[in-house]
Amino acid sequence: MGRVCTAKRNVIIVRLCGDLDHHVTEQIRNEIDETVANEKINNIAFDFKNVNFMDSSGIGLIMGRYKKIKPMGGEIFVCNLNCQMQRIFGLFGLNGITKRNSKIDMIVNEEER
Amino acid sequence: MDRIKIEFDAVSRNESFARVCVAAFATRLDPTLDEINDIKTAVSEAVTNAVIHGYNEQGGIIELTAAIEEDELTIVISDKGRGIDDIEKAMEPMFTTGSDKERSGMGFTFMEVFMDELSVESQPGQGTTVTMKKRIGKTEE
Ligand SMILES: Nc1ncnc2c1ncn2[C@@H]1O[C@H](COP(=O)(O)OP(=O)(O)O)[C@@H](O)[C@H]1O
Ligand SMILES: [Mg+2]
Repeated sequence: MGRVCTAKRNVIIVRLCGDLDHHVTEQIRNEIDETVANEKINNIAFDFKNVNFMDSSGIGLIMGRYKKIKPMGGEIFVCNLNCQMQRIFGLFGLNGITKRNSKIDMIVNEEER
Repeated sequence: MDRIKIEFDAVSRNESFARVCVAAFATRLDPTLDEINDIKTAVSEAVTNAVIHGYNEQGGIIELTAAIEEDELTIVISDKGRGIDDIEKAMEPMFTTGSDKERSGMGFTFMEVFMDELSVESQPGQGTTVTMKKRIGKTEE
């Protein structure tokens, strides 16, 4: 994965693609944390449109960002989850810490990269 | 019985290699897409654990065998790394020794949920072997 973060309005959009595993999460985490610090935006929207696979490393990435931005008043949004991702989100309790919001969906889906 | 065995370096790049390899082997059982995803996830978890916890990201060798017998797939993944002190505790949901690396502690839980059987053998200082089994096609009547 190349650079994945773009700041738009009051949200940092993280466009994930391919397989979200341990091999890629560290780089993504660093980029998100840098972008949060530089842009001074606490809301993060993960776009799962192009994600084919996620294991518990992806859960660690999302939970870690949640713990970081929640105390600063931020939220985690998720968009474009396919069936497989919805299944994982349900099984492992990610629905409790992530939000789905039609306005955020619109911002994320407004234009392609 | 149909069997494959591979050995590869314990580096994160090989996590996807290992799961794709087992998934390709498992196609002989004509699995559904969900079943393939389950298998890939379980393999990914076990291999990632060997890379991160077993060898502390310093590298080593991971051995993987997969076997098909009738409708059952057996996967064995082993490392000769650090080993696990308390296996029962390690398998509890959310338990992790890698919180500094933002591990979720859900790896063994994933393996348990996505496979039919999971067993873990480990000796501190000697290494860890994870054995997983899954019957393919059992949900389709
Ligand atoms: N191959 C291994 N070698 C040594 N320790 C392991 C191994 N696999 C798992 N563990 C231990 O079990 C714990 C739980 O593993 P897991 O459920 O996959 O969660 P996580 O990888 O997120 O920590 C790990 O934190 C580690 O302490
Ligand atoms: Mg793990």
